[in-house]
Amino acid sequence: MGDWGRVAQTGSFQELIRQKSSFIVPATIFFFVFYFILPVLTAYSTVLNKKAVGAINWAYLYAFAQFAMTWGLCHLYMRKANKFDELVNKVKQEITDKGGKAE
Amino acid sequence: MNATAFSFFVGIIVLTLLITYFAAKKNKSTSEFYVAGGNITGWQNGLAIAGDYMSAASFLGIAGAIALNGFSGFFYSIGYLVAYLVVLLIVAEPLRNLGKYTMADMIAARFNAKAIRSAAALNTLAISTFYMIAQLVGAGAIIKLLLGLEYSTSVIIIGILMTVYVVAGGMLATTWVQIVKAVLLMGGTIALSLIVLAHFSFNPVELFNQVAAKIGDKAVTPPAPTTFTAGLDSISLNLALVLGTAGLPHILIRFLSVPDAKTARKSIVFATWIIGLFYLMTPILGYGAAYFVGQDSIKKANAAGNLAAPQLAAYLGGDIFLAFISAVAFATILAVVAGLVISAASAFAHDFYSNVLRKGQASEAEQMKAARWASIGIAVFSIVLALGAKSFNVSYLVALAFCVAASANLPVIVLTIFWKRFNTTGAVTAMLTGLIGSVGLILISPNIMPAADAIFPLKNPGIVSIPLGFLAAYLGTVLSGKVSEQEEEKYTEIFVQANTGIKQLG
Repeated sequence: MGDWGRVAQTGSFQELIRQKSSFIVPATIFFFVFYFILPVLTAYSTVLNKKAVGAINWAYLYAFAQFAMTWGLCHLYMRKANKFDELVNKVKQEITDKGGKAE
Repeated sequence: MNATAFSFFVGIIVLTLLITYFAAKKNKSTSEFYVAGGNITGWQNGLAIAGDYMSAASFLGIAGAIALNGFSGFFYSIGYLVAYLVVLLIVAEPLRNLGKYTMADMIAARFNAKAIRSAAALNTLAISTFYMIAQLVGAGAIIKLLLGLEYSTSVIIIGILMTVYVVAGGMLATTWVQIVKAVLLMGGTIALSLIVLAHFSFNPVELFNQVAAKIGDKAVTPPAPTTFTAGLDSISLNLALVLGTAGLPHILIRFLSVPDAKTARKSIVFATWIIGLFYLMTPILGYGAAYFVGQDSIKKANAAGNLAAPQLAAYLGGDIFLAFISAVAFATILAVVAGLVISAASAFAHDFYSNVLRKGQASEAEQMKAARWASIGIAVFSIVLALGAKSFNVSYLVALAFCVAASANLPVIVLTIFWKRFNTTGAVTAMLTGLIGSVGLILISPNIMPAADAIFPLKNPGIVSIPLGFLAAYLGTVLSGKVSEQEEEKYTEIFVQANTGIKQLG
């Protein structure tokens, strides 16, 4: 096993990957599903064509919700990513503690 | 020629050339040329991403599409925005951690083979050229209508300007031209939207009500479902929109112009706010144009509706406002084509010339020379193609670029980061299959062939060509035999690097 392999085996690196995937995988599945509901529903049904607020129908409201979803998920990711950064620092710390160098 | 419009255009040219002059003084090394030395800050890069991304297709095209086709036009706005989640969550940070100057650097960090760099460079050149021809054709038509210049003169003027920015000022000049453009575009769009909304007592619901009353419900309601194929085409378009951005080389290199993954991340969130606010205003522009200018006048000026936004500006604010909005459209096109030239030039000079032809032996001076000549060559090539493509419909060229990006680049980018077994053969097969598959399907689709005779029924091939790219990656890898221990170790290395940003262990 090379140097990189040893880093990959450390507890803090494994924790980093575990935390990253437990956020990114569900978040990605969520936004893909949320995104494709709109074109699928408008392509094959008229359920979103009913008026909701004045002349604005549910299709437009759903579309606006996608904007809110995108911004919301961006900021959620930013908050999570700050924690990922802390774990990255721990990984680097662990390498230097063992007398190695990480640049 | 409209004198006000002319002076605005000259103002923008002078401003961008001044930027280039100051950037040129710093533009000494290849790192400065390709990625501005990696010294762009988060908010600067955020604005530049927005400036690089919101092309003539966004500003002129979507406003026109909503004015003429209503809700269907808004799909572009949604897809172009949500695409940034793919970029932020999946692609950007590993790319920043593994890349140096180009998208190919990231893939070559794992598979160090000439075939990989050549295929990646080929994809970048193909995507950037299609995208650029679309911008140039659109620009030529618009300048001709606004300033009365001949189509070919307009294309050549824009071509010369983009070459000057890139050759003299490199990535730094390109970045600042994009920042200036993003500020102008946001300013112009906000001003236009506020003037429209002022007529509806600043109530967007009232705008929708009045549009529905004047033009009919079909202007705001999604079209009723027709055939299965038509529905599939719409879903396929949305797939290419949401996945294409993460494979567009000129957007991806923007993440290499910042110092680290954290800055890349911040710049994307900043860009997502700007881009989202812009797209949120597109229905106001589109419906405003349909309400005030009228669908018939919009179609008369340009059958695809590309002049809806300038026409709306003329109706609401007279000649001076028309001149301002046209100048904004002009700046928009300049900034996007400059970004395209630099990404294509880096692909050719850095990936193909330096790494494949010269095997990494070219000196710094030789590389700079190659990058400059590549920029000139690519600009001339695109200008010649754009002059010949005058009568082409520009929208399918942009859709083609997104589709090729999603089919040819995205599978390889994603699998390079996440798939342990992935190997060199799989990567090359995927890139070539994605490129040939998407371009080939478009050639036999109703975009090119008469609708009744088209061999492939969908206008947007993404739903077939994107899975094809992934399938080719899988088959290429599995059929080419077992992964060596060395290759597995290499994956461990880039996996640690991609996730931590550590470049070297000592």
